[in-house]
Amino acid sequence: MSSRPALAEPQSAEATEAAKAPAQDRTERRTSRLPRPGYLLTKLAAAVVSFAVTLVIGFVLFNLMPADPVRTMTRGRPVSEAELIRLRVQLGLDKPIWERFLDFVNDTLHGNLGYSWEYQQSVASLTMHRLGPTLLLMGTSFVISVLLGLWLGLRSGWRAGSLFDRITSATALTLWSVPTFWLGMILLIVFSVGVGPFHGFLPTAGMSDPTLPQTGMTHWLDVAEHLVLPALTMVLVVYAQYVTIMRSSIIEELGSPYLLTARAKGLTDAAVRRRHALPNALLPSVTMIFMHLGTLISGAVTVEAIFSWPGLGDLTFEALKIPDLPLLQGTFIVFSASVILMNLLADLAYRFLDPRVRDQ
Amino acid sequence: MTAAQTATAALPTRFAGARRFARAFRGRPSGVAGLVILIAFSVLALAAPLFIGDEQLDVTKVDGPLLAPPSADYPLGTDQSGRSVLLLLIWGSRESLRIGVIATVLTVVFGSAVGIIAGHYGGFVGRILMQVTDWFIALPSLPLAISLAAVLGQGSMSITIAIAVTSWTATARLVRAQTLAVEARPFVERARALGAGDRQIMTQQVLPNVMPLILVSSTLTVAGSLLSEATLTFLGLGNPADVTWGEMLHEAFFGGAFTAGAWWFLVPPGLAILAVVLAFTLTGRAVEYVLDPRMEKK
Repeated sequence: MSSRPALAEPQSAEATEAAKAPAQDRTERRTSRLPRPGYLLTKLAAAVVSFAVTLVIGFVLFNLMPADPVRTMTRGRPVSEAELIRLRVQLGLDKPIWERFLDFVNDTLHGNLGYSWEYQQSVASLTMHRLGPTLLLMGTSFVISVLLGLWLGLRSGWRAGSLFDRITSATALTLWSVPTFWLGMILLIVFSVGVGPFHGFLPTAGMSDPTLPQTGMTHWLDVAEHLVLPALTMVLVVYAQYVTIMRSSIIEELGSPYLLTARAKGLTDAAVRRRHALPNALLPSVTMIFMHLGTLISGAVTVEAIFSWPGLGDLTFEALKIPDLPLLQGTFIVFSASVILMNLLADLAYRFLDPRVRDQ
Repeated sequence: MTAAQTATAALPTRFAGARRFARAFRGRPSGVAGLVILIAFSVLALAAPLFIGDEQLDVTKVDGPLLAPPSADYPLGTDQSGRSVLLLLIWGSRESLRIGVIATVLTVVFGSAVGIIAGHYGGFVGRILMQVTDWFIALPSLPLAISLAAVLGQGSMSITIAIAVTSWTATARLVRAQTLAVEARPFVERARALGAGDRQIMTQQVLPNVMPLILVSSTLTVAGSLLSEATLTFLGLGNPADVTWGEMLHEAFFGGAFTAGAWWFLVPPGLAILAVVLAFTLTGRAVEYVLDPRMEKK
């Protein structure tokens, strides 16, 4: 579950499996450089159905399961019976369930995600404001962890069993077992608060210093400084998965005849690795990278909460404290939609990237 | 009690298999280390009530200094109510492990049932079940778990359910694939020819053969469940009256110990989680390695 992308091992096994499946049923595929329109439509339809299911789950979760939203809303202050009834009518809670569901679907499709109890603002505008910071944090840490993970995985898989491989794998496994939020706390206390004689020098919270101007170069440097610790936390926890998958896919390529051919041609070891083994071993990794893109936006809840990074994760955490159900529902829908969208892109990109599937 | 021991019991040729398994397992030092850590933590968790009582855990009864650094009396210092961090840590292992194990049992039982049924009844039922599984895989698990736990209310019960709901899919997929492989083997056909019904094939033929895989995957599931439990409790979804590692970290971070620089309250629970998660993962991997026939040849 993925604060982390929580379960690296089984997931990566699955990813490899998923990555291989399309290559196996390639006999059924017809030729063309681009995916066939029929294929596109099937995938698109599946994504739409997935989103519909998400809406049903979201509706059940937030509208049917809570005992009485009006009670939660008015918790802690005295309200008359008439007031309760008025609120129920205002929220549409007096209507039959199917009508409430249709209203909910209609609202969601029109971008109306409800009204936050805590912030007294529309959930849609709240989430839109928080999307940018989350994308910045997750995008940065994603790019760094992918590059770092793939590079380490390539090097350690190529020399499987070497000291470098053993150290890399052990470090990756250990960091994968660390609770993300705890790692964040430790980094925060060492580099921001300071331990003993060591003084912290990095900012403790937020995305920028409100006393500095909010535009221009100084602002961006300030944001970058605030970004260091949250991004580092995410990278340290996430990169292990890329190491694991890259390492195992490079090991699978090791015995391949085409590598022997490349060596026989007189290429250096580095050239064989980079020009011949890498492109083939990349495929499963690319699939997994795309699968992770989906969880990217939802992956930072704890990190954002620790560093008060003003993104969607922090918003979820704030909503959780109340609990502010419309806001939680809104972030849940945004998170789910992003996962479905990214999975769709992953599917399409994979078809395009794998020549065995593409040019039959 | 540990996965390794139960896995040996599930092997077909019982005692010879168990001995062979133990010998192969001893050849994996990381797995042995993991198992030793697990046994140590389990013994400590089970024995905790023998030397820790209410007077050391109840905030109204303790008389230690508040948020004091480690000393001879308090080897890991004290928390903001004056309780010994060491004792809290030991006591916390009980609830943390309990939630992790119960969530795993729920996950594995449900996931395996779905997997076996989906694998056994190919056709319509199987397709529907796998479709539902795919929908759940597409859901972002942490937000779903947070939402579920928030809707169900604070406490270990809702956390356990939230973990199970978000993690059964991996087991279901794995078990389905294995079920398909087992059902293709001749002995299943033989059982069917002799008149075995669907239920008998699933419970008598498929289940025993899928069991080793289920046990391996459940050690990895426990690792994930423990992390999820810590995360959800840390976010404030646990019962504040319980002592768990996640709850300790929640109090340490949001209760002022963090700003006071009280590292002795922050470091131990995290290290404990790390040690147990790593131990489960190492043990699981070692068992997986030993049971995998392809690995054995190398």
